[in-house]
Amino acid sequence: MTEPPAIAVQSLRKAYRKAVAVDGISFAVPRGAVVGLLGGNGAGKTTTIAMIMGLVLPTSGTARVFGHDMATDRQAVLHRMNFESPYVDMPHRLTVRQNLTVFGRLYGVPALKDKIAGLAADLDLTDILDRPSGQLSAGQKTRVALAKALINDPDLLLLDEPTASLDPDTADWVRTHIEDYRARRNAAILLASHNMAEVERLCDTVIIMKSGRIADEGTPADLLGRYGRETLEDVFLDVARGRGAAAEATP
Amino acid sequence: MSAASPRPSPAFSPMRVYALVTRYMYLLRSSWPRLVELVYWPTVQMVTWGFLQLHVGQSANPLVFGAGAFIGAMLLWDVLFRSQLGFSMSFLEEMWARNMGNLLMSPLRPGEFLLALVVMSLVRLFVGLVPVTVLAMAFFGFNVYALGLGLAFFFTNLVLTGWAVGIVVSGVILRNGMGAEGLAWTVMFLMLPLGCVYYPVSVLPGWLQTIAWMLPPTYVFEGLRALVIDNVLRTDLMLQAFAINLGLLAASTAAFLWLVQEARKAGSLLQQGE
Repeated sequence: MTEPPAIAVQSLRKAYRKAVAVDGISFAVPRGAVVGLLGGNGAGKTTTIAMIMGLVLPTSGTARVFGHDMATDRQAVLHRMNFESPYVDMPHRLTVRQNLTVFGRLYGVPALKDKIAGLAADLDLTDILDRPSGQLSAGQKTRVALAKALINDPDLLLLDEPTASLDPDTADWVRTHIEDYRARRNAAILLASHNMAEVERLCDTVIIMKSGRIADEGTPADLLGRYGRETLEDVFLDVARGRGAAAEATP
Repeated sequence: MSAASPRPSPAFSPMRVYALVTRYMYLLRSSWPRLVELVYWPTVQMVTWGFLQLHVGQSANPLVFGAGAFIGAMLLWDVLFRSQLGFSMSFLEEMWARNMGNLLMSPLRPGEFLLALVVMSLVRLFVGLVPVTVLAMAFFGFNVYALGLGLAFFFTNLVLTGWAVGIVVSGVILRNGMGAEGLAWTVMFLMLPLGCVYYPVSVLPGWLQTIAWMLPPTYVFEGLRALVIDNVLRTDLMLQAFAINLGLLAASTAAFLWLVQEARKAGSLLQQGE
């Protein structure tokens, strides 16, 4: 039997009184794909991700994860997904090992000590495992958050700015780890980022949001060709500033 | 397909409750100010009321004031207040740590979350109150454990009320953000006058007595006075309080689930500032 896509968003809309945060968007993330969600501040990325996580209820439309409606049936699939977001933190007084132990137990991870040791080795956390999370540098915190996001070997990973505040070397290292993880687990990844080089490197497909709608989408190569640009950053600026695709602009 | 086929997540998992309890125990162990806070206020209360009882007992009816009604009421009031506060404090730790999103995105179910908070409420209660009961014995000769079966009745009813209030307060904070945090610290004080902690319910005007009898603590504190002054264990009062508590717990759990749903509609689960 064919498994449903990791994410299937259909006519998804969220309105807060008169303000429309997300306005009838549809897209899918197949198993094993990395999809980038781009957009300026207030474009609706975070609300979209929150609805995919089931933390925000849509006004209309559906967000399904592996076929489960996240508004009504999220408990059936939460153990198969995980996320990293700048909107949340890990308890500061707990050590890295304690935090990972708590989350490992919440996710029912078998052989948890080995799992933590493996993640610590992969993400270069071994030396800081017994340090309180609140005493870590920004880069170390990001790696710990990534370790928490990978503790249950999720089939779907939602990443919101995963390399923000990291130095270029560490950021590159984290991206490599995300690429390896996706290849190893055939995991689907939805990545929200403002780092266009990162999106270009990691994503098979890019969705650009503006004012709650999907302004454009395609592979990075498609978008570059369509807008006649050298970088995704220029494409992003074209969309943000209302300049249409080159193909459309040509009479 | 994935390398390992996904295992279904059970509807209730003691391991998830244990995980969350472990998280709070790690926190308590790592923070001596939190431990001191648990003992500090009950001790101050007990000493204050203990001396007041000594003073009043020398100038008034020693049968009433010498029987430990004041200090017993103070200790039981702290059971009520601390059971709610212990529940709410663990909840607030998640809000302060900005960890709620991580928990809500994990397979942890609302019932498991509430159960973990209940366990931590008991832990905090015992850490805070057991030393104080020993001090009450040493300084004022009041042995709360001599209340025997009555103490078990009183304790059970008071912690059930504390949890019911704590559950509603947690839901309100989830829905409205940290602007509602003050409720966690103050809401229980409404029980101080209405629950007739330090005086009999007959002191209240008639219409207020009707309200007072809707609250389980009223039955407990009336029962305490009956026990320490008249030496009568009023099981009828305890059973009535228990019945009201069951209703309160069911209503507060339903309110919590409704408030979580409202928070999902309002989008306030990820934005938990003021």
